[in-house]
Amino acid sequence: MKIAIASGKGGTGKTTLAVNLALALEDVQLFDCDVEEPNCHLFLDLDLIKVEDVNIPTPEIDKSKCDLCGKCSEFCRFNAIAVLPKDVMVFPALCHGCGGCTIVCPKEAIIEKDRSIGVIDRNKNSSGGFEFYRGLLDIGEPMASPVISALKKHIDTNRTAIIDAPPGTACPVITSVGNVDYCILVTESTPFGLHDLMLAVDMVRILEIPFGVIINRHDIGDEKVEEYCNSQGITILMKIPHDHKIARLYSEGIPFISSMPEWKDRFVNLFETIKQEYGGVGS
Amino acid sequence: MKQLTVISGKGGTGKTTIAAAFVSLAKNAVIADCDVDAADMHLILKPQVQETIDFTGLDVASIDESLCTQCGKCKDKCRFDAISNDITINIYECEGCGVCEYICPERAISMIPRKAGDAYISKTRFGPMAHARLGIGEEASGKLVSFVRINAKKLAEKHNKDMIIIDGPPGTGCSVIASITGVDMLVIVTEPSVSGIHDLERVLGVADYFNIPAVVCVNKYDINKENTQLIEKYCSENGVGIVGKLPYDETPTKAMLQEMTVIEYSNNDFSTKVKDLWENVKKHLHETSGHTLLTMAK
Repeated sequence: MKIAIASGKGGTGKTTLAVNLALALEDVQLFDCDVEEPNCHLFLDLDLIKVEDVNIPTPEIDKSKCDLCGKCSEFCRFNAIAVLPKDVMVFPALCHGCGGCTIVCPKEAIIEKDRSIGVIDRNKNSSGGFEFYRGLLDIGEPMASPVISALKKHIDTNRTAIIDAPPGTACPVITSVGNVDYCILVTESTPFGLHDLMLAVDMVRILEIPFGVIINRHDIGDEKVEEYCNSQGITILMKIPHDHKIARLYSEGIPFISSMPEWKDRFVNLFETIKQEYGGVGS
Repeated sequence: MKQLTVISGKGGTGKTTIAAAFVSLAKNAVIADCDVDAADMHLILKPQVQETIDFTGLDVASIDESLCTQCGKCKDKCRFDAISNDITINIYECEGCGVCEYICPERAISMIPRKAGDAYISKTRFGPMAHARLGIGEEASGKLVSFVRINAKKLAEKHNKDMIIIDGPPGTGCSVIASITGVDMLVIVTEPSVSGIHDLERVLGVADYFNIPAVVCVNKYDINKENTQLIEKYCSENGVGIVGKLPYDETPTKAMLQEMTVIEYSNNDFSTKVKDLWENVKKHLHETSGHTLLTMAK
């Protein structure tokens, strides 16, 4: 079964929940899909090794064959190729790797070379069946989605997968939560939290993914998040209080279930409840 | 005219709270909310929208089923898995490259413009504001951010404003890059957690990559003072100025509940510290004209 943790608003506790939930379960894979700012590994005492580069096939032009006809640059919707009166230039950072230029070139003057935009890492020793993967987008690179797609190829459908999504509701989030069985939306009880939760709810409804809400720091603001969930018939899966001990442990990079074991059972129960209803047969 | 972007790498460190406070302290600024897929600034500033502009992102593929023979050539050539086995387009996966349109022997596919969000020109109690709402799951967040910034620039010229304050998105990817290119300075809001530090280092790397001067504000510095010291050490070793440290305080949440900036909400210690922060930011902003300060050690 695949469960994604998403939020709309940043900093509501996605990573905390993903890590603690994964650590509470047996035989689990954890995926850090926040490839722009991955943080899960900071809470896990493990060595990472590189599994692969994430590459975008980017055009390279054989200038001995190119007659500067301009069809490639005319075709490219990302402005990644410019044909000048006497030369042709490629702007690799703008290339989405669609391969269109190689198809339209009448002289077969374009070949594609892989350009790395990020990496996939995993834990060296998956002791106790705990497997951790993360994607990391290179600094200065704009496109997160190809790294997320490459990361998700490592999901083993026979096991439980927990997916930590990036904040927001734009394309990297859609790529992260696509095809999951269930989505946990994490929010906090503030006006910003409520507003961004509503956007995230719109998102999972459009994608037709079953979902429930966890309200983190539920006692800091007002009751509006709870009222909203109740009025919409949205399941509130869990409420976590604003707790200095949790905040302190978080700041130090310690998963709070390791020193607050009473939470472990709550996460196991949470998972079992979700699995019973949405896990399907054999997952 | 100066442009200042507030970013953080990590989400939820207090970007919008601090950017909104700056807006209420700046005397002559335009506001741009560039966190276009989870914009929150309007919840505090309550803008009166004066103009709504349709934003069209990248074109998406559309199949005319009456012409399609299900030959599958489009599916074979699509690198983004945006065409299913029964030859329908998944618009959330479509990158808008146009390969399928080109390859289709029946001319059954056309690329059509698609509305990807709304951009707004508004009035607030602190001045003009440019903001936007990206449609759910849309691809073109960087493009919409650039559009918001163009609108903000026009507003600044029209109303004779000398500054644009930009509330940026979290992360390091396309919408962050679009929010920071060409600005005069970044204010990076961080917190003394392992995540905050990790994300600060990465976002300073982005600032360095694009050669933009940056200063740092440590929010909730008293949650973990040892980590705050690590941030201070890191910044000083890398020649990055720290413009302020704010304690953990309930003022931002209380002010947010009242739809106020922290400056409007109270004259307490916390808001005094934010005012000092703003004075420091202004000082650094005036010193950064024309040259960059940042040199990273690694």
